[in-house]
Amino acid sequence: MNGSQSQRLERQKFFSDPIMVSTIAVLIVFLLLFILYPLLMLLIDSVVSDGRVTLDVFRRVLSMDRFRTAFRNTLVLGFLVGIASTAIGLLFAYVEVYVKLRSVFLEKLFNVVSTLPVVSPPFVLSLSMIMLFGRSGIITRSILHIYDSDIYGLKGIAIVQILTFFPVCYMMLKGLLKNIDPSLEEATRDMGATRWQVFMTVTFPLMLPGLGNTFLVTFIESVADFANPMMIGGSYDTLATTIYLQVTGAFDSTGAAAMSVVLLSLTVVLFLIQKYYLEKRTAATLSGKASRGRMPIEDRSVRVPLTIFCSIVAVFVTLMYIMVPFGAMFKLWGRDYSLTLKWFQYMMKTSGLEAFQDSFMLSFVSAPITALLSMIISYLVVKKKFRGKGFIEFVSMLAMAVPGTVLGIGYIRGYANGLFRTGILQQIYGTGLILVIVFVVRSLPTGTRSGISALRQIDKSIEESAYDMGANSAEVFTSVTLPLIKDSFLSGLVTSFVRSITAISAVILLVTPDFLMITCQINEQAEKGNYGVACAYATVLILITYSAVAIMNLVIKHFGTSREIREES
Amino acid sequence: MEKEKKGVGLKHISKIYTDPKTKKQFYAVKDMNLDIAPGSFVTLLGPSGCGKTTTLRMIAGFESPDEGQIYIGSEAVNELTPNKRDTAMVFQSYALLPHYNVFDNVAYGLKLRKLPKEVIHEKVINILKLVEMEGMESRMTNQLSGGQQQRVALARALVLEPGVLLFDEPLSNLDAKLRVTMRTEIRRIQQKVGITAIYVTHDQSEAMSISDQIIIMSKGKMEQVGTPREIYYHPASRFVADFIGEANFIPAEVESVDEENETADISVFGEKITVRNHNRIKPHEEASLVIRPENAKLSDKGILKGVVSLSTFMGSYQYYRLKIGDMEVQLSDYNPVNRKVYEVNEEACLDFDPKAVYIL
Repeated sequence: MNGSQSQRLERQKFFSDPIMVSTIAVLIVFLLLFILYPLLMLLIDSVVSDGRVTLDVFRRVLSMDRFRTAFRNTLVLGFLVGIASTAIGLLFAYVEVYVKLRSVFLEKLFNVVSTLPVVSPPFVLSLSMIMLFGRSGIITRSILHIYDSDIYGLKGIAIVQILTFFPVCYMMLKGLLKNIDPSLEEATRDMGATRWQVFMTVTFPLMLPGLGNTFLVTFIESVADFANPMMIGGSYDTLATTIYLQVTGAFDSTGAAAMSVVLLSLTVVLFLIQKYYLEKRTAATLSGKASRGRMPIEDRSVRVPLTIFCSIVAVFVTLMYIMVPFGAMFKLWGRDYSLTLKWFQYMMKTSGLEAFQDSFMLSFVSAPITALLSMIISYLVVKKKFRGKGFIEFVSMLAMAVPGTVLGIGYIRGYANGLFRTGILQQIYGTGLILVIVFVVRSLPTGTRSGISALRQIDKSIEESAYDMGANSAEVFTSVTLPLIKDSFLSGLVTSFVRSITAISAVILLVTPDFLMITCQINEQAEKGNYGVACAYATVLILITYSAVAIMNLVIKHFGTSREIREES
Repeated sequence: MEKEKKGVGLKHISKIYTDPKTKKQFYAVKDMNLDIAPGSFVTLLGPSGCGKTTTLRMIAGFESPDEGQIYIGSEAVNELTPNKRDTAMVFQSYALLPHYNVFDNVAYGLKLRKLPKEVIHEKVINILKLVEMEGMESRMTNQLSGGQQQRVALARALVLEPGVLLFDEPLSNLDAKLRVTMRTEIRRIQQKVGITAIYVTHDQSEAMSISDQIIIMSKGKMEQVGTPREIYYHPASRFVADFIGEANFIPAEVESVDEENETADISVFGEKITVRNHNRIKPHEEASLVIRPENAKLSDKGILKGVVSLSTFMGSYQYYRLKIGDMEVQLSDYNPVNRKVYEVNEEACLDFDPKAVYIL
């Protein structure tokens, strides 16, 4: 018995669809060239020198004190941030799903907290942290009169990262908590368990894989984060910043390559555990839908402390975002709080306009490419059978585990002298094109993930029916698939735009004087201590991203597919 | 609708699947041979996992056979993708395009064929009339009831004037009453258009009521092919007898058969009777006496004596179980108004017409 005839026929059918075949070929080439190849170059760089394989580079790097400290620092930070973000995220999710919030204001506040980090540049919190608690911080200096406050270092990065990442945990855990069938908890309550016992014996164990999942996701994010350690890290160097300094300060790019390999291995291993072990466990324990609504907890002893804690955190986060525009409007932070537009004027007079133009244009070009690409990948992965499908899915998801700094170094090593140092494709290095490619690669995983989950919900026979009626793959994709996942496509479009315009880690390594990026400007100004200008840039940036999201929500609300389809229910 | 109807031929069709857990290969469909006449209504009937849907999907082109060749009309179609085959399928979930209204759903395939606008309009309106959905062109599909969605799905397939119409359990999402209405509708429309139809279902009454021919499948193989009557009255195997309708199997010994081998003298629980023997079982082979519950009654006197173990009033009939020896026989006594009703633990005899039963 063998299945050779069907395999032959499937192959034949597959190749009778030239559009699909060439799409897949282009995709594979793209993924190979711009994700796998640069990473491979890093590996080659760190084990090959003078034409032979050696571990010398690794040995050299491992013996550097700076590297060892950075490695330890990175792990400490990752653990701290992972645990704290997961815990706070869980509290928020628990309060939202289980506890009756008595005010619309609180609900709105929760909403704001969950969307802010999505639309804001990564280092905004660092900026406002410095402005609130730094040497001339409003709270430390002006209110508490502490003149030698030191917010830089581990505690600064940790607080900022926790505040940045916990909303992601909150959103992930909220989804899981909603899937717990309330009757499980009611049954244990009925058997005599207290609320705390119910939480410890039912809710918590059911959530455990999910918590592990969020912990790892946050850990990876924290380890890969470049902007915050750069801005508020002080002398506390992490791997990401050390790699950056190794290239830009010590001009040791092979050393940086070896360090990148270490950082990459760390994130990839965690990513694999998260994706192939924990995600499945989470799905296995919490697969069902809650059968009906849950009776919210009204008990004051539970409600009051939880609500108060979450409110304080939420207010604090909101406050930090509000700091930014004020930072741009005060004459001199810490000394003179009279309002002025001089920072904005300064920004516009120097390179402001150009930076906005460049950042905006490059992100504007890359967003539709990313969105379309990720929808095509999702379509192929979910709806089609072909060899190499696993490869496409894996590599486009793998990009999620590649820290921006690592990708940046990879592109430098891989393209500065052309493919394998042959000069081929060297022309794209230093151009806007390579920045667009970086933007696409960096946003591809999020878009693909949302596309895949949107497509999984669509009955496969809908596409089959179109196919059966005579449409080829391209026609099915454009006339059926894409319209049905319009929402996912739109949000992919905006998310990728926002991610691109706020990106810094890979960009800062690849950008040339031809292009001015807003994020790099903010970083530069903050490093110089020009917080007013930095805040002015950040304010405009937040305005841009926030309006992008607002426009998207408006479009989805009025033209989204889900609205038409939902009307019935 | 003046278009050539096409027959369908399956020649030694097999499909092999690999169990995802054990990695073992097995035949999902094994050596199917079938000739479906143009214009006929054929049903693939069997329990879930018997390979009927796989067979249908191979005809549509969604799956490829591992052995054998599929013909639509006189054309070998193994290598054609679904969009190139002259078939149209009605799906279990209807699979209407949710972002289109009724008109656009039906017009979808015609637009792909780049027909002129007026032609498309005329065809769509005509076909919607046929399925009694005229006037609903601008409704969105989610504003339709299940039955209406089914009609649109049918119209959408019919409007392409395919050589063969395929149905994949199209009624299983409807409630019981609507199922009966819709199956009559499907049959009416199929006859009116005169199209070849292949229909997959696990519901035997559905299969009985609409088919010219039924193909009973089990574990990937064809068990029997025949008209509904043949299958009901002359099942070729115990599986078919059991799957179609209800049946009691009582162990019997074949003592002798007549010259044409059409009746047999058998002994059941020591009693001798003469019954039909359409499967030509020879003397001393193992055999069972097959009695359908509706072909038997209880009486005070008769050949097979037992004790009533269950007696339930079901409305149109009285349902009994009768224990004979260590066997339990079930029977449905229809229209029990004027007859004696036996109670549990009463003694009774099984009363049946020997011409209505047979051995297998």
